[in-house]
Amino acid sequence: MKNPREAIINRRDLLPLLFSNPDEYLFVAGLAGAAKDAAAWTREADNLIALGGAMGGAIAMGLGMALTATHRKIAVITGDGELLMNAGVLATVASAAPENLTIVCIDNGRHGETGGQLGHTSKRTNLAVLAEGSGLGSIMTVSTPEELPAAREFLADGNAPKFLWARVQPGPPADYKRNWNLVDCRLRFRRANAIKL
Amino acid sequence: MSRHADRSKLVFEKLVDAGVTLFPYVPDFGNDDLVKFAEADNRTVPVLLSSEQEGVALCAGADLVGGRSVLLMQSSGVGNCPNMLSLVQGGRFPMLMIITMRGDYGEQNPWQYPMGRAVPTLLEAMGIECIQVEREDELAHAVDAALAAAFVAERGVALILSQKILGAKVF
Repeated sequence: MKNPREAIINRRDLLPLLFSNPDEYLFVAGLAGAAKDAAAWTREADNLIALGGAMGGAIAMGLGMALTATHRKIAVITGDGELLMNAGVLATVASAAPENLTIVCIDNGRHGETGGQLGHTSKRTNLAVLAEGSGLGSIMTVSTPEELPAAREFLADGNAPKFLWARVQPGPPADYKRNWNLVDCRLRFRRANAIKL
Repeated sequence: MSRHADRSKLVFEKLVDAGVTLFPYVPDFGNDDLVKFAEADNRTVPVLLSSEQEGVALCAGADLVGGRSVLLMQSSGVGNCPNMLSLVQGGRFPMLMIITMRGDYGEQNPWQYPMGRAVPTLLEAMGIECIQVEREDELAHAVDAALAAAFVAERGVALILSQKILGAKVF
């Protein structure tokens, strides 16, 4: 299947246009570009955990949060390379069906962190079809800035679990010097967000 | 109840008493009863995984919001986990795994031996403590030890159940 339209979204504009109330969410960002975009956008706020490795883990980490803190909204910001490292997790999310989990895939069709080498979504892979086939029922695709207001509504009001495939230009992610100390990041996130069970 | 189910009931009750609520798993004969107990109890949630590595990240996510979880898998699934276990050393996440062995005592399937033999080496290389259980009467203490290591000391720990107590599949 051919990909829908030419992607002309600038990824640096994407996240602020998608989420009108970021404080309502707990965010997990997958490694590399997704982590940079999310860290720069939130200034590494206490409701963000940004990965620097463990490629393929972001969606599962968000699912663990969603199934534990069932009263909180969880959003995973991932990339196409990270998602395809462990695409089976989409089936895991579909079966668990958490009502508080949102997945946003920032798809630049590239492995940006390692030199911009082409990935599968720059060729024939359609992540919306993959998500649908995995059993997710609430899916939207955006490729142009004009579609972003509708995407913001989808994230605010759509049925969860939801999957937004955001196809962006291959430009660089936000330039941001982030905290690489995961012990520090874990404790910061827990102090702010851990519930007493 | 069968001897398998009795053993799993003991483990399940200790996990629940320690506050474990999420039971991510890849299906396996050895953890089947434990998953059934987690399904039947309204305090616990089993989570069917596609690959064991997801479970490592899922348990880390649960910890970030104050939850406790246990990752259930067969020994062959350990081979799917090492890179994701970077979270444990890198972030000092607590991580409790229960691994039911294949490819050890009495195994008839030669395909199971390479990964089965490598389980402790791989886990230790990624900083996970291994508690190996070969006798039924060691189990209760071993579960307590694993819970203490994971949730009090906040370490990565694997409780490894040998085919000496699980039995070996006949082909």
